[in-house]
Amino acid sequence: MTQPAIEAKGIVNQFGAQRVHDGLDLTVLSGEIFGIVGGSGSGKSVLLKTILGLRRPQAGEVRIEGTDITRLDDAALRELKTIYGVTFQAGALFSSLTVLQNVQLPMLEHLELGERALHELAMLKVRLVGLPADAAQKYPAQLSGGMIKRAALARALALDPRLLFLDEPTSGLDPIGAAAFDELLVGLQRELALTVVMTTHDLDSIFRTCNRVGVIVDRKLVSGDLASIAANPHPWIRAYFHGDRARRFGAGHGA
Amino acid sequence: MSFREARRDSALCLSLEGAWTARRVGALEPALLALDFSGLGQLEIDCRNLATLDLSGAWLLYDLEQRATTAGLAVSYRDARPATVRLVAQTLSHDGESAIAQLERPLQPFTALGRNVIDRWQAALNGLAFLGETALRFSRGFLEPRIWRPISIARHVYETGIHAIPIVALIAFLISVIIAYMGAQQLQKFGADIFVVDLVTVGVLRELGVLLTAIIVAGRSGSAFAAEIGAMRLNQEVDALKATGVEPIEVLILPRWIGLVIALPLLTVIADAVGVLGGALLCHYLLDMPLVQYFQRVEEAVAAFTFWAGLVKAPVFALLIAASGTYRGLQVRGSSRELGRLTTVAVVQSIFLVILADALFAVLFMEMGI
Repeated sequence: MTQPAIEAKGIVNQFGAQRVHDGLDLTVLSGEIFGIVGGSGSGKSVLLKTILGLRRPQAGEVRIEGTDITRLDDAALRELKTIYGVTFQAGALFSSLTVLQNVQLPMLEHLELGERALHELAMLKVRLVGLPADAAQKYPAQLSGGMIKRAALARALALDPRLLFLDEPTSGLDPIGAAAFDELLVGLQRELALTVVMTTHDLDSIFRTCNRVGVIVDRKLVSGDLASIAANPHPWIRAYFHGDRARRFGAGHGA
Repeated sequence: MSFREARRDSALCLSLEGAWTARRVGALEPALLALDFSGLGQLEIDCRNLATLDLSGAWLLYDLEQRATTAGLAVSYRDARPATVRLVAQTLSHDGESAIAQLERPLQPFTALGRNVIDRWQAALNGLAFLGETALRFSRGFLEPRIWRPISIARHVYETGIHAIPIVALIAFLISVIIAYMGAQQLQKFGADIFVVDLVTVGVLRELGVLLTAIIVAGRSGSAFAAEIGAMRLNQEVDALKATGVEPIEVLILPRWIGLVIALPLLTVIADAVGVLGGALLCHYLLDMPLVQYFQRVEEAVAAFTFWAGLVKAPVFALLIAASGTYRGLQVRGSSRELGRLTTVAVVQSIFLVILADALFAVLFMEMGI
């Protein structure tokens, strides 16, 4: 591994007088699934936006595959956006387009494809995330929560990105649906050699998918593999991994 | 070109090189489609010099395999079939295309006509049901005044009425200036300047004051009603109200209807007043008519019913605007495009209904001899 896929150093994000991140460091290695955990309001989504280049931090640098995105101009940033795919918490599918058109939109913007390739490739992505073929012609309003998450994943995969960012991919899904989504994610990550960064609240999901975890506490990120994070003495981390919710994992995962 | 062809007897060997990625599909696909398989029995694909192969590139290879196999060629790889191509094949293996073909088949003309008729009939019934239910809820308020929610009504009177005063007044002033100016140009030729007063006052009081006010309110409040209620539907707020045991018609529809029925006549009175004053100013400055003379003439020109003939239309227009705004808002389902479409429909429909009703009033008043 020559360089980390994502490397952030000394990130400072501030809203008015409120400092959300203060000298936050983050390293994501190529080919891993990295989970970002934190309490509500701890700045998970802000951190994700910073890494995506949707928000410039007050200080610090974010390197994606070696390029510092905080110093890129708009054109270069737009180019960079083709190497990653993103899904948003509520799906954020374009409600006036069908699932297939949602997947085709990034392709139309960034690739020059013929009619046939456009249709076939979009269809491939729809089938790849485990949606039935007839779902492709449906509008987001006609889909269930689980299908919306999958459709959003299909759109994120439209340009065959190397990096995948997922904002709370399993929130709002039933445990079985969430497990199926995690399984899909792990499978795709392995087959396509993706680097995945996801924010989540779902402890089950973390244990099923993540290689390493970063926890946002005290405006900084504490990261490491699952075992070392679970052994961290910080009170919030202890409460998170060893609360009543988490206890049942003790036996199964040795955490 | 990112592949090289070599032909040996009946075998075609493709050596792939460089990056086969989503970005290159646009260039590679036509080149692959142009390959001529005639007279060939074997296709060999050599991936050893391939730098990168992503899923889109793998689809190209899969597609090539499929076409070659259909053309009767035996497909083989120099070393191993890339894992991503296997993934594509696996994903697309169970055929699901038939389901789409069914969906995409255009409707037969008669089926389309029939469905259209049924849809329209259904829409008409729904509209009637909505009107009926709202009327029923309203009349229940006579027994249970609580249903009328005075605070909510006051808010709507404020938003649809008070806030609209500046624009309504400005438009009424401008329109009276236009009428007075145009009338003066023609009537001066006959030395009948004084009839400009009749033209302005009767025109504004009977027709234009209330009509223009209604059209402005349709644009302002009809659209606001549709968008507000539509967004609440998209946000499941309407469902939340129902689930709390609160009837949406009671809290969302009735206050808007009642509020507008109160606000529009009041706005009309303001528009009438400003219109008559605007006429006065123009007559004074353009025709050098003393203000006393103007107002004397106004008294002569205006019959007792002129003012009321205009004002009586206001509550009817208000009901039409409120009904189409709220009804279209409740129809919003599913997508933000629906919200935009139905807001537009609400405005266009309420303006149309207002003008139609105005025409009916004109006929009615003529028959009544007013």
